[in-house]
Amino acid sequence: MIDMKSRPEQTVAERLRVIPVRQKYLPVTATAVLLALMYGLGVINYPGFSDTQIVLNVFIDNAFLLVVAVGMTFVILTGGIDLSVGSVVALTTMVVALLLENGWPAAVVLPVALLMGATIGFLMGLMIHYFDVQPFIATLAGMFLARGLCYVISTDSISIDNPFWVSVANAQLWFGGFFITISVLIALAVVLIAAYVLAYTTFGRDVYAVGGNPQSAMLMGLRVGRTRIAVYTISGLCSALGGVVLSFYMLSGYGLHASGMELDAIAAVVIGGTLLTGGSGYLFGTVLGVLVLGLIQTIITFQGDLSSWWTKIFIGLFLFVFIVLQRAVTRRRR
Amino acid sequence: MSVVRHRLFWPVAMLVALLLSNLFFTSGFFSIEVRDGHLFGSVIDILRQGAPLMLVALGMTLVIATGGIDLSVGAVVAISGAMACQQIAGLDDQGAVGGVLVAVALALVLSGGLGAWNGFLVSVVGIQPIIATLILMVAGRGVAQVITDGQIVNVNSPPYKTIATGFLFGIPVPVIIAAGVVALVAVVTRRSAFGMLLESVGGNAGASRLAGIRSRRLIIIAYVVCAVCAGVAGLMVSSTVSSADGNNNGLLIELDAILAVVIGGTSLLGGRFSIAGTVIGALLIKTLDTTVYTIGIPPEVALLFKAVVVVILCLVQSPAFRAKIARRQPAEVAA
Repeated sequence: MIDMKSRPEQTVAERLRVIPVRQKYLPVTATAVLLALMYGLGVINYPGFSDTQIVLNVFIDNAFLLVVAVGMTFVILTGGIDLSVGSVVALTTMVVALLLENGWPAAVVLPVALLMGATIGFLMGLMIHYFDVQPFIATLAGMFLARGLCYVISTDSISIDNPFWVSVANAQLWFGGFFITISVLIALAVVLIAAYVLAYTTFGRDVYAVGGNPQSAMLMGLRVGRTRIAVYTISGLCSALGGVVLSFYMLSGYGLHASGMELDAIAAVVIGGTLLTGGSGYLFGTVLGVLVLGLIQTIITFQGDLSSWWTKIFIGLFLFVFIVLQRAVTRRRR
Repeated sequence: MSVVRHRLFWPVAMLVALLLSNLFFTSGFFSIEVRDGHLFGSVIDILRQGAPLMLVALGMTLVIATGGIDLSVGAVVAISGAMACQQIAGLDDQGAVGGVLVAVALALVLSGGLGAWNGFLVSVVGIQPIIATLILMVAGRGVAQVITDGQIVNVNSPPYKTIATGFLFGIPVPVIIAAGVVALVAVVTRRSAFGMLLESVGGNAGASRLAGIRSRRLIIIAYVVCAVCAGVAGLMVSSTVSSADGNNNGLLIELDAILAVVIGGTSLLGGRFSIAGTVIGALLIKTLDTTVYTIGIPPEVALLFKAVVVVILCLVQSPAFRAKIARRQPAEVAA
């Protein structure tokens, strides 16, 4: 929002700045620099780390997280939060596995799964907007609901042997000695579409406006309600798509899939420089955030003698560093 | 009508309904026996198993009153249990009361320190509470694993076991601890200015500061109290099974605790809180769990049941929902 008083001071501060980076891009730039540093450290310390396939593997292993984090970015940009994503991912793998097991064709299962995720998101959006239930609580209920439904379907893992699913899962797209999977293509497509929507459409502007200040947005005549409900629907849809991607990766449906994934998604968005108060952040930052999380895991695998729990501690540490950094940046802005 | 309007009416009604519904499934649900001078019965079990949740929710209430939230309590539960068990496992005589007390004290001091860290991030650094505590929530389980070196530490210590399974004057020890802490917090917040100051900080931090309230110190105190409550809960949880599992102790307890607080009528926006409401909320959640078991619903489906109850309670408590039901007219867009 335009703040008349602080405008001249800001330009003075910007002129004094040595690094020619616009202030609003600073958090994303910081993430990019740190990501590059991490990658550099990995290349120096571990033989074989510089292999391009390692970077591609990060994408392959985290394609589903990327898709889910994109949806989460929309929600967080409006100042909300969605705790249900991990459960919806698990429910999607479960529904997909169940329907395929019962002989449904893949062409029907896919839209059904996506529609289901979008519906759950839509219902949570209705609760949040029309009944003033706080996003944290409404999506918590959604989380319980989806996880519960998983176990209603089955408490065991259901494997997927549908030929279409298996062929998509095993397909490797080779180019110049390296390969990616179809899941990576899906994730990249989602990122591109979402980035376009956020940057160049009216809806994207609405999302930022609602997150910046809901009252002002309403007074400006923006459709606050529609925007809010839409972001939760998008998040639900992305979670379902993430679930489909995960089912390609795992070739099974299981109620314990993706447990605690909502934290990874939120962490990725925050590390990517999006403010949880809403109204500020970029989708590109979220992509970097997912890469940071993936790279931490890769480095720990390469290190070998570090136990898996160090992943958690490192992610916590990174969160801390990024948040303090963001805090310093936003403080200077005032 | 005034009774129905009371903010605790719906949670209490729900609790009573749940308890009564148990009568259909277990005839002796409300019977309380005295065996060997100890109280036994389903209701006592609910109180005993609900003690950790009640403690965590109690601390959470204070934090939420300041307009914050503490997601790290589950991790603190794990860390506190890990610390105590690791200490006790290192003792020459695991039955020594002195050694156990030292271990308990260490665990609680560590918990308090973690709370101070959360409070520091929120009040001094100025990070949003949900994010500040997310850091410890993510890293905390790793820390618990580091303390126990990734193992599940088993202890064989009668004094430690007493924390969760002992009896004092016939009443289970965890119930006494929980009741004591609830009473202490209730007296301190409602019989001194502390509670009012917390509410004022939660209502409007800026205005409170201008009025001369040291909001920073208050916020840190709230997070420390919350973490220590979680620490005590962690002792109970690990004492129940005489072992510390960094991955699973206190898993998802933060969500149940926040739920208990919200069910009890405390707004997540801060500015007011109800300790009685939180106690009822925690009991409601534990009763729900117990009911699910006694009715014979598979525990896996319990989550579904919980979701339905949460949605109903939230809608019934939502003023917007009530207004819509009462007027039956299309809602204007609320900001």
